[in-house]
Amino acid sequence: MDSRLTSPIPHVYHSTEGYLMNEGGKRTIKLLCFAVVGMFTFSFALVPLYDVFCEITGLNGKVELSATTNQNLETEEGRDLAIQFVSHNNEQMPWIFRPSEDSIKIQTGKFHTATFYVKNTTDRTMTAQAIPSVAPSNAAIHLKKLECFCFEQQELAPGEEALLPVKLIFDDELPESIKSVVLSYTIFDITDYNDVKLTEHDNEHDHHDGHDMESTL
Amino acid sequence: MSAVIESHDHEHHHGPAEGLTRWLFTTNHKDIGTLYLWFSFAMFLIGGAMAMVIRAELFQPGMQIVEPEFYNQMLTLHGLIMVFGAVMPAFVGLANWLIPMMVGAPDMALPRMNNLSFWILPFAFFILLSSLFMEGGAPNFGWTFYAPLSTTYAPPSVTFFIFSVHIMGASSIMGSINVVVTIMNMRAPGMTLMKMPLFVWSWLITAYLLIAVMPVLAGAVTMMLMDIHFGTSFFNAAGGGDPVLFQHIFWFFGHPEVYIMILPAFGITSHIIETFSRKQLFGHTSMVWAMTSIAILSFVVWAHHMFTVGLPLAAELFFMWATMLIAVPTGVKVFNWVTTMFRGSITYETPMLFAIAFVVLFTIGGFSGLMLAITPADFQYHDTYFVVAHFHYVLVPGAIFSIMAAVYYWIPKWTGNMYDERLGRLHFWLSFIGVNVTFFPQHWIGLAGMPRRVPDYALQFADWNMVSSVGAFLFGASQILFLFIVIKTVMGGKKATPEVWEGSRGLEWTVDSPAPYHTFTTPPKVT
Repeated sequence: MDSRLTSPIPHVYHSTEGYLMNEGGKRTIKLLCFAVVGMFTFSFALVPLYDVFCEITGLNGKVELSATTNQNLETEEGRDLAIQFVSHNNEQMPWIFRPSEDSIKIQTGKFHTATFYVKNTTDRTMTAQAIPSVAPSNAAIHLKKLECFCFEQQELAPGEEALLPVKLIFDDELPESIKSVVLSYTIFDITDYNDVKLTEHDNEHDHHDGHDMESTL
Repeated sequence: MSAVIESHDHEHHHGPAEGLTRWLFTTNHKDIGTLYLWFSFAMFLIGGAMAMVIRAELFQPGMQIVEPEFYNQMLTLHGLIMVFGAVMPAFVGLANWLIPMMVGAPDMALPRMNNLSFWILPFAFFILLSSLFMEGGAPNFGWTFYAPLSTTYAPPSVTFFIFSVHIMGASSIMGSINVVVTIMNMRAPGMTLMKMPLFVWSWLITAYLLIAVMPVLAGAVTMMLMDIHFGTSFFNAAGGGDPVLFQHIFWFFGHPEVYIMILPAFGITSHIIETFSRKQLFGHTSMVWAMTSIAILSFVVWAHHMFTVGLPLAAELFFMWATMLIAVPTGVKVFNWVTTMFRGSITYETPMLFAIAFVVLFTIGGFSGLMLAITPADFQYHDTYFVVAHFHYVLVPGAIFSIMAAVYYWIPKWTGNMYDERLGRLHFWLSFIGVNVTFFPQHWIGLAGMPRRVPDYALQFADWNMVSSVGAFLFGASQILFLFIVIKTVMGGKKATPEVWEGSRGLEWTVDSPAPYHTFTTPPKVT
């Protein structure tokens, strides 16, 4: 008896050739499976691609998170530029965080140092990370920093305060149309990224949730 | 296209197995098509019930019926269920039923995988729906699940949501591989690619889109999973990630996904308009090229969903022009449909009514899409009810109407019985009026500034919201009539002839009605 008769798929027997597909079928399946795996990989490749793209083009106001190594940024002839400083606290970040000066007048091609005041208002030691952003975004690639508090994390004891410096320069390539730049920092509470404290925080978080619910009820 | 069937080999035919196991273990494309269609109908009713909750809450300003938290869950699940549970499985069901018959193949290429790709779906939606009863409630971040709403601020059930999306994705990918392999390798002799019916063409293109973007969706939810549970920072700014990156990845999937939900509708509409105009379709080849260009363009327009996130001017201009470019191939298609009807001997049976409504209302949705594509205008329209009106116009009288048209058009072939024409037309007119009363006023309240995704709104939007809700209740109720008509047709009715419609074209009309359990075990010759 033809072995194909015992196939659980009735039409395998019924089809004239005994096979459903022609020769190319298996190849098509293989190619499509490769495509699926390839696209899944591509979705993860989008992450570094996005960062590289933003870094090269300066789109999205992304600023490099490391000190510049270029020593030849200072030039004789600069032009006037206004810089406004903006500080944000990410949600549930209780620290006081504000620029020492709201705005300064600087020259392109010259280094300037600005400071931000920060204070841990809680009764526990906390760690913070500041993330910078520049507007208009096409100014971002022209901003270079020799040092910045955003390059590292800040750990403050309860009640501790500090002045955080940023030493920056805008190169002369900055487009003429840009007369003023907003430099913004958002400060995030990253204490919980420490695994030991994670559980502690979770308990606290649950407590908060319960409290929130009560208030909505 | 004309086809000659050499012989019907009735000797070896054996019918389906009996009982429940027939459906559980079936590898027959018609059985699986039926399963998909019933499943999507069930999801359509569940997702529709959620829409009723939403419209009931919005009937009047102020909080009336549900808590805002629950409203957000309804909103999210309505979107997810309609997209992944109703529209996509309905198209896969139609593909299963029709593609093998249209290309003259005995079945789908990978029948057991076909069974698997259907039977994992109910589990995916069981998991998703069960999150409603979990602590913290169901997902509440909208069907677009933007991070950090879906990561940092998500309810604990988000992990179940992620798992469920993975399963839906796996199901879609398997279904698509099956469709492509069937079309590429199992066509009857003489069925060249350009002779292929447009529904098959539309599904070939759709399947390629699915294979390209469903893995990207899987990647996006995997990154979310890692951010939530494994301490990575893909979308967390504090850890060096970027929430905007999520939107880029999501819409890289999301925009082709939008066309996945409309391309098969283009195919269906072409067949129906051709049949009831009693003319050959105008511009078969240009239809194929139009669909191909729409599919290719869909990969380079994703950021038009994100005009307000702070894109640079160059990107806003590029995505604006690229988006507007899509109007060209879409215009070609609408032109071809209208030209096919021009001087045709048109009769207005239910499928034709739905198809004509599709052309008109989908075009309205297309035009509001063009308005949204204009970047400066989008800054005004973004996240208002205008957007809600736009995408419901392309999805409800677009995708959903085409599915209803397809059901009326092919149900005589599936069941062997004609549906009740009088009830069918009643269903059409109720749905047509319901859809327009629901969604047309949303254009106005959107332009007036009502934000989307809100359970409460300012008083000046009250009147049109009430009108919109009344329309929604009418549309919702008329789908119960649809269910009744389908059941009535399955139970009995006037017997259908093999060709069913005067002037129907295509291989599926050359086999008996109802279609035998096995068709084209001997390939037909297509000339």
